[in-house]
Amino acid sequence: MIIKILGSGCPNCLRLEENTRTALKNLGIEAEIIKVKDYNEISQYGIMRTPGVVIDEKVVSYGKVLNVQEVMALLNKPGHIRL
Amino acid sequence: MNVLYDAILKMTWLSDGIAWILTQFGLQMDQPLVISLHYFIYDTIKIFILLSVLIYTISYIQSYFPPERTRKILGRFNGFFARILAALLGTITPFCSCSSIPLFIGFTKAGLNVGVTFSFLISSPLVDLASVFLLMSVFNPKVAIAYVSVGLLLAVIGGTLISWLKMERYVEPFVLKGGVTELEEEKMTHKDRHNFSKDQVMDIVRKVWIYILVGVLIGALIHDWIPASWIQAVLGEDKWYSVPLAVLVGVPMYADIFGTLPIAEALVSQGVGLGTVLAFMMAVTTLSLPSIILLKKVVKKELLILFVVYCTIGIMIIGYVFNAIQGILI
Repeated sequence: MIIKILGSGCPNCLRLEENTRTALKNLGIEAEIIKVKDYNEISQYGIMRTPGVVIDEKVVSYGKVLNVQEVMALLNKPGHIRL
Repeated sequence: MNVLYDAILKMTWLSDGIAWILTQFGLQMDQPLVISLHYFIYDTIKIFILLSVLIYTISYIQSYFPPERTRKILGRFNGFFARILAALLGTITPFCSCSSIPLFIGFTKAGLNVGVTFSFLISSPLVDLASVFLLMSVFNPKVAIAYVSVGLLLAVIGGTLISWLKMERYVEPFVLKGGVTELEEEKMTHKDRHNFSKDQVMDIVRKVWIYILVGVLIGALIHDWIPASWIQAVLGEDKWYSVPLAVLVGVPMYADIFGTLPIAEALVSQGVGLGTVLAFMMAVTTLSLPSIILLKKVVKKELLILFVVYCTIGIMIIGYVFNAIQGILI
């Protein structure tokens, strides 16, 4: 599984990344986390609000700092969009 | 009406309550240090209460207007009307400053005119709905309404200018390439909206509390410790250069409107022109070094310079006009 965190590196993105790492650890899932900071690349996913989360090239969340529980729910149920 | 205004927006009860508590500790309310302490506690608590209530209410309204929807609405209109609509929607569409670039790209890729996008980008930080109510609290409703009107005007005229000069030439090519990926919009329940609003309050309080504390502290210093004559010597109403000075100091600064309000209030009470103070606030919120650096990534320097110069001159004009009509407003 490849998880991309989209965002310029502002505090919100960093918090989201941290929550994602915790969620992965809690679930015992191995995944690669890639931070995407380039605006050109971010815009190609169609999001207008950062931070965004992309799991295996599918946008699953944007404009929200998900907490650990919410990331865990996403990881258990891929394809579900949370705003 | 006045009783309600004093109680809710001015929070006179809070001021009285804090004074009462301070006297219970044996402090005299006529001591300069106690007056400053009272001002600091009262203003800080007042701003935090107003901020929380306002952000919650406004976020709830905003949850109905995510940028994705705003983009769709704006896409249906053209020209001058589209820019007016963009300026108006800018006041209620939520986005944090670090999202302004993805938003710029998203709007432009969808085929929105650059002028329309800039009307939105100027009005969004400048005429925040929360700031309107805070201006009512700190000054009065007339000042708030005047501020909103000129803020929207600045946004609409700016967008018009950018559109007339065909500034889309100066947008970085990668922004124009490719189409729009429409993401599925999630249906929000009332509970979702409540959670969203609650998150917004926590997020904003976490982000701005330090600006508010510093702002109130500087406000208290200006209020009680720096002689009014010194301030008036530099920023007094009779000094023609007070407005440009306020704008030039404000432009590179990055602060929140909530932090600048206590300073604004203190300055006006010390005889600084209302226009000078509002120009300072507008300069701080609309233009800041970090936002200019971000914008540089998506537009070429011609458009960037036009944007900065236009906003700087526009804000100065607003400052002079407000100084001239101050008598009617306060």
